[in-house]
Amino acid sequence: MIELRDISIQQGNFLLSDINFSIEKGEYVVLMGKTGSGKTTIIEAICGLRSISGGQILVNGSDYTQLAPGDRGVGYVPQDGAVFSHMSVRENIQFALKLRKWNATEMKEQCEQLAKILSISHLLDRMPEGLSGGEIQRVALARALSFKPDFLCLDEPVSALDEETKENLYLLFEDLKKSMNITILHISHSTAEAKRLADRIIVLEDGKIRPY
Amino acid sequence: MGVVGATYIILIVAMILADFTYTSTDHILEALGSKEIQYSIKLSLITSTITMVLSLVVGIPLGYFMARVNFRFKKVIDAILDIPIVLPPLVIGLSLLILFQTIPGQWIESQVRFTYTVYGVILAQFMVACAFAVRTMYVTFMQISDRQEQVGLTLGCNKKQAFFKILLPQARNGILTAGSLAWARALGEFGPILIFAGATRMRTEVLSTTVFLEMSVGNIEAAVAVSLIMIFAGFLVLFIVRIFGEKIPLTR
Repeated sequence: MIELRDISIQQGNFLLSDINFSIEKGEYVVLMGKTGSGKTTIIEAICGLRSISGGQILVNGSDYTQLAPGDRGVGYVPQDGAVFSHMSVRENIQFALKLRKWNATEMKEQCEQLAKILSISHLLDRMPEGLSGGEIQRVALARALSFKPDFLCLDEPVSALDEETKENLYLLFEDLKKSMNITILHISHSTAEAKRLADRIIVLEDGKIRPY
Repeated sequence: MGVVGATYIILIVAMILADFTYTSTDHILEALGSKEIQYSIKLSLITSTITMVLSLVVGIPLGYFMARVNFRFKKVIDAILDIPIVLPPLVIGLSLLILFQTIPGQWIESQVRFTYTVYGVILAQFMVACAFAVRTMYVTFMQISDRQEQVGLTLGCNKKQAFFKILLPQARNGILTAGSLAWARALGEFGPILIFAGATRMRTEVLSTTVFLEMSVGNIEAAVAVSLIMIFAGFLVLFIVRIFGEKIPLTR
């Protein structure tokens, strides 16, 4: 379970305050809100990429507030995927495993298994340049899942994609939710998308969180 | 627009071709055979290469800092970094000379002598060349989104690993440009070297000083011959860097 307790984040003149919500283990929560409302800021705070001015982030009761991003075990997929452009798809997926000093056979197995689930096995030895938007997001997702995180943050992962690719990714997210029992926080501004995927929807409005 | 651009390119080529009409193969061979000129070629290549390495060693971290960190008075530091580019080269040489006359400067001189030595040549080249390297790296890092580094951090990198494993490989072309600019700038440097390091034959004479020395004794043909050697060396290095940069693009 992940819990945000009285979080406040100051960013220039922009203030988010008294952010309180929690996500149960295995729950799929969609966070909605207008552009510029601070949704990404919240995800960045959870991932440890943005310092918070007050409050606590608790994971299974332990305080993660001061933990370095890499020690939090949170998988992160940003809006544009941000796939490492100088590495092949395989190197992208194995990046976190190399840092964790997995041996070559384990890395290969994990990478190929994920690639199979995400239908990108045929792309493993390609460089990211020239991949489609949907393929980039699948690679980013495989990379985020590689080190078996308990918690996944998806920041508008389908907003830049066409309808058909979106539909494919929705099916994939639903599949992940069922098969991996992973906790997911997904940012979206599409109500239809949120209703389809979420166990629960929360809304960020005027710097506060409210239920949908 | 094409005509305007073409005129400039023609002017550059015409300038170099005109140099050829003013010299002959004999003059060039004679210049290449002279011990003094051989020394100045060697010194030019060595000092420019050292200056290039030093400029990158300073330019990469400083460019990164300027591109990624916001702090008070950033605009002031930004402007200071441009001073060596804006100042007339002679003023840089003069200012260096005066700096080493101050008490801290004299103390440094008592440890390692800079004025009128090869170290002085390198320092004079570095003061200008490094500004170009910093500026190039600053722009390079500004153009790379920090999103990939952030993802790297969530995957388990510390900041150092994110810099070396994610950002630096993407900045490769920028590093090549910064290095070649610094090298070319160092090779062509004249004013600060003349004032700060002098123009002593077989000691602090680099190619640009050779041109000056030959011209001052009226030996225009030799001056032109050395100029052509410089043009050739500079062009060759920039050309190799361009080819090398294109051969291994950012993505394989």
